[in-house]
Amino acid sequence: MTPGAAHGGTTQDSSERGAAANPAAAVKENELPAHAHGHAPTVSDPEQRVLDRIDRARRRRPRVREERITMSHGSGGKASQTLIEAVFLEAFRNPLLEPLDDAARMDVGASRLAFTTDSFVVSPLFFPGGNIGDLAVNGTVNDLSVAGATPLYLSAGFILEEGLPVADLTKIVSTMRAAAEQAAVHVITGDTKVVERGKADGCYINTAGVGVIEHDTTLGVAQARPGDAIIVSGPIGDHGVTIMLARGELDIEADVTSDTAALNGLVAGLLSAVHGVHAMRDATRGGVATILNEIARAADVGVVVAEKDIPVRAEVRGAAELLGIDPMYVACEGRLVAVVDNAAADAALTAIRAHPLGAQAGIIGYVTDGPAGIVQLKTAFGGTRIVDLLVGDPLPRIC
Amino acid sequence: MRFVDEFRDAEKAHALAARIAALCEPGRQYKLMEVCGGHTHTIYKHGLEDYLPESITLVHGPGCPVCVIPMGRVDDAIHLASQPDVIMTSFGDMMRVPGSKGAFFDAKAAGTDIRMVYSPLDSLKIARRNPDKRVVFMAIGFETTAPSTAMTILRAAAEGIDNFSVFCNHVTIIPAIKAILDSPDLRLDGFIGPGHVSTVIGCRPYEFIARDYGKPVVVAGFEPLDILQSIYMLMLQLAQRRSVVENQYARVVPWDGNVVALKAIGETMALRPYFEWRGLGFISHSALRVRENYAAFDAELLFNVPGVQVADPKACQCGEVLKGVLKPWECKVFGTACTPETPIGTCMVSPEGACAAYYNYGRLRRQRVPEAAEASRS
Repeated sequence: MTPGAAHGGTTQDSSERGAAANPAAAVKENELPAHAHGHAPTVSDPEQRVLDRIDRARRRRPRVREERITMSHGSGGKASQTLIEAVFLEAFRNPLLEPLDDAARMDVGASRLAFTTDSFVVSPLFFPGGNIGDLAVNGTVNDLSVAGATPLYLSAGFILEEGLPVADLTKIVSTMRAAAEQAAVHVITGDTKVVERGKADGCYINTAGVGVIEHDTTLGVAQARPGDAIIVSGPIGDHGVTIMLARGELDIEADVTSDTAALNGLVAGLLSAVHGVHAMRDATRGGVATILNEIARAADVGVVVAEKDIPVRAEVRGAAELLGIDPMYVACEGRLVAVVDNAAADAALTAIRAHPLGAQAGIIGYVTDGPAGIVQLKTAFGGTRIVDLLVGDPLPRIC
Repeated sequence: MRFVDEFRDAEKAHALAARIAALCEPGRQYKLMEVCGGHTHTIYKHGLEDYLPESITLVHGPGCPVCVIPMGRVDDAIHLASQPDVIMTSFGDMMRVPGSKGAFFDAKAAGTDIRMVYSPLDSLKIARRNPDKRVVFMAIGFETTAPSTAMTILRAAAEGIDNFSVFCNHVTIIPAIKAILDSPDLRLDGFIGPGHVSTVIGCRPYEFIARDYGKPVVVAGFEPLDILQSIYMLMLQLAQRRSVVENQYARVVPWDGNVVALKAIGETMALRPYFEWRGLGFISHSALRVRENYAAFDAELLFNVPGVQVADPKACQCGEVLKGVLKPWECKVFGTACTPETPIGTCMVSPEGACAAYYNYGRLRRQRVPEAAEASRS
């Protein structure tokens, strides 16, 4: 993610009017590449002027306007991004943090390491296909893997609510052990806190992880180049829909299970088979749509994906249709999104498909040279639309 | 996926696009209003306008239940929610609708007990489980959602539940359409009639539009091919100089509506003399209140509702957008001060609002399909 500030956000209303009268000046003002708007805006086109004005507004430095934290700040969408950039990045700003990638990368002695942390607050704690323990291990393993690292060691911090059945905790922890064994990592340090009943929801887990980077590839969503192929490693949205249904509030039943899995084996296979991987992400909160937007924004490129090429299980699609939500925004917990040089795309797809977790992988779209910062979807119906960052949680339509 | 993919078939869409293009009279501009926000959402979500020639403009109408809620009613609801022992419940769409001092989301973050439900029956469930609390359901929506509120009131009465009430904000679609038809600043050629509202009220209530105003109406389904076919049916009527009400959504909409649902509404609710609509102002006989026999379930009687009136923010042009006078992007604050993240107007809140749909899905240069592009050139 490129911080919005990098694009300058000082455009005032008066200069905006000036810019609108002179689109060339607007481009210069914002230091955008000439291809940023996809076509040359003309003064006679009022709609394009408005679109350009919006583009500038979107590049302004983000500001948290709410007085209090709302649930939107945790949705992984736009509000989360604003909070991270305006509060955390502002406070902690340093070159290692600034890329806001899934894991930080740093040199320690002769080694290049990746370091990451993640907290888990899923409700319910147990769901079809896994429990909070799998998520806590796989989530951190995946953040390290997509940074190009071989995950080695994890920490585990537990915040437990008074009254949690010990049997539940034992089950969660044994699941964590199994997941760690599967991913060939060790939990080597930890912490436990207990809070009064009602001050937490059963069990929260934080894990941090360290891995070593052996491939010399420079990875990051900012590395995406026009022409690159975008690959997803399998059907999307399984985890999010599973959790929504597991909460039992919707009275919908479907045969779906979480896709929680460690991606390190799949990623290792990909990186050793192919040069030309430019970026990898694991699609969690905010789903694949959020990652595509991060690519478009960080690399100042366009992204075009085809709805018919995006793998979604029929059960997930059905549930999403009923609930009025878009699977593109629904969380996965074991799906890789890879941005790969066009020339290496077929080889990358073959390498991903060779792993059991990647059997249903597919190329869903391509990076383009514009319009910059915008993700476009060719709909299955044959139309075109934008896929924007999510605002708030996906809420079902009422009619 | 069955029952979905058939209605999103690109091949059939191209065929319809060619027929629609063939019906366009050279030099004539067509303005068709889709009344319902659900249609607006479908149009943008599937990029349907790619199939239309430039001479056909879709105007987005007032049929978005969240978009027409005035700020004062949100303030009233938050006031209700902050009374002792109250649990306020509403549909998810309501959570981000701005009042003058913030939305439900903000009130919730500040400690008010506001919960999202998927059905008013869920509110009733909450009332049963919390006998020491007073559970209020903020009812919103047109005739589409009014029956479920009505059935919930009937069930609460039958079960004798005394800690449940309804803050009724149900509105009726016909007065809003009439207000638009009588608005001097708009010239429309035809209406894509609301689908789900019509499952309840049927098609007859639209007959005055065709008869008295000479505008064709086609009640339409919510899949993109439904809408494209409805546009074709409207264009055919216009070409043949006809104006009647037609039902494209016959697989769901009975011509006479749903008698049972209408009876439940009639039993539990009565027309208000007038009601304030966001951006449209006061419209007479355009909304429902809880009927006297069910006064025990009327939150407006049980609680002291301040009934605040709040003027819309000056910069906001939701009214013009709801009437279709302005396109979303023509509003002064669209996309800069007013975004889905920080909405000023309600049209930016609901996914069915014209502004939100355009902002989230439509901020791009249209690439018309060859059939439509050719008609645009001629």
